[in-house]
Amino acid sequence: MNEAPALPANWLQGRRRALAVVAALLALVVVSFASLDMQWSRFLGAQAMGRMGRFLGELLSPDLSPRFLAKLWPAMAETVAMSVIGTLLAAVFGLLLAIPAARTHDADRARWKPAARLLLNVLRSVPELMWAALLLIAAGLGPFAGTMALALHTTGVLGRLFAEAIENAPPGPGFALRLRGIGEGRVLAYAVLPQALPQLVSYTLYRWENNIRAAAVLGVVGAGGLGQLLAFHLGLFQMAETGSVLGAMLLLVFGVDLASHGLRQLLTR
Amino acid sequence: MANTPGADLRDPAWRSRLAWAIATLVVLWPLLVVAEFQPWQLFAPDSLQSTLRFLAGFFPPRLDAEFLSLVARETWRTVAIATAGMTLGLVIGWPLALLSARSLSISSLVGRMAPLPATVRLAVRALLVALRSIPELIWALVFVRVVGLGPTAGVLAIGLTYGGMLGKVYGEILDSGDTGVTRALLRNGSGRLQAFFFGQLPQNASELTSYTVYRWECAIRSSAVLGFVGAGGLGQQMDNAMKMFNGAEVCTLLLVFVLLVVLTDRVSGLLRRMLG
Repeated sequence: MNEAPALPANWLQGRRRALAVVAALLALVVVSFASLDMQWSRFLGAQAMGRMGRFLGELLSPDLSPRFLAKLWPAMAETVAMSVIGTLLAAVFGLLLAIPAARTHDADRARWKPAARLLLNVLRSVPELMWAALLLIAAGLGPFAGTMALALHTTGVLGRLFAEAIENAPPGPGFALRLRGIGEGRVLAYAVLPQALPQLVSYTLYRWENNIRAAAVLGVVGAGGLGQLLAFHLGLFQMAETGSVLGAMLLLVFGVDLASHGLRQLLTR
Repeated sequence: MANTPGADLRDPAWRSRLAWAIATLVVLWPLLVVAEFQPWQLFAPDSLQSTLRFLAGFFPPRLDAEFLSLVARETWRTVAIATAGMTLGLVIGWPLALLSARSLSISSLVGRMAPLPATVRLAVRALLVALRSIPELIWALVFVRVVGLGPTAGVLAIGLTYGGMLGKVYGEILDSGDTGVTRALLRNGSGRLQAFFFGQLPQNASELTSYTVYRWECAIRSSAVLGFVGAGGLGQQMDNAMKMFNGAEVCTLLLVFVLLVVLTDRVSGLLRRMLG
């Protein structure tokens, strides 16, 4: 007969740790609010509320004059181009870094694994916008800095995901090739990568969806695209123009989500 | 068999591969032009010189006590903005999630949901979409204009965007699990809140906390970024240091930021294991 599992002496004992964690979190929240000089009065005051209301009203009546749209189209094209090229570059460099970062079989010593993982982690932990601000010094204002910023951050993200996909690829075909004395390069090209490819493509498309959102705001620090236009018009309190830039952003995000979904369907068929 | 040397060893699909490569290049070319993709610009003598001068300043990083105490204060501010923003996000997200959850609908216990609750749920979902589809950076830009520079704009921006995200995901988690217990409670006359606290919350607790902790980690990263538009914290210091071309300060701030990200990653993993 099975022994009945022992019950905790009282309910507090079993949950003491959880309670301690919750208490610590609550304390963190309280201390956070207390240490920030939050200006609730300024935000909740009649004046600020009135201004917010007016902003929103103006945002909802976007400027759709042909003269402004002529400025909007190039910025949209720039944003799309930044996201596509940034993502593709990241896919290429991410794969190049993922190969040393992955340990594919038991005899693989993976000498470069720690170094490659460290590089990927650093690339990943710095957000796109920070990369863009850093790159402005080297590449100057404009979409090129934004493209490179997207590429750097996304290389870190995709590299890690790719390395995992490569490590998780079924080992059989690679083992069969290695048994016949075929070199690592060709094992990678004909056994490992073809099996991991669908996953790599799917990750890349997912990051593209992410990057169109990032590309749209990168311009705020001067890295080109819609963000630059938005920061300019918002700075001048031209809310109608800002509204149409926001509309264009939402349109692009929606369009890229659709395109990515369509490509996925096409590839999995 | 392909034992004869020569032609047979060639990749049988090389024609289609080449065609695809050329087609890709043709499509990419205009994009490269639009994005002003000119990597050689990086190596133009004058831009290379300023880059190298900036990078040379990185070493040694600025580590004197005065600067380090400033960095410590700003790091705490970044964490505090993220935590306060996340709290606001929870305050906004939870009620909306409860309002939008289909599994808490009483009228749908028998047949279809009644038209009024269905409309309310649709409206709440639309509000959630609107909140989260505008990036937090843009909310921050708007709030900086309304309440002025400082952490308030950052907290509000994170609160609104994350409120939208949390509301949506919480609602989905509540609806996607096994709703049998909740439905049974509702059928037997319990209120919606009772059904939530005694049916859905215990069932989905680990998934909900794990997602919340993950979002807190994201909030710390975005709180640092919001500093670039004037919401305070590490980002603002980094922005200032970059504008002054002060490589030593930028280096310290970058190191501290990467450490902060690694640390939150660890803490969040630990919390998820403990609470899960």
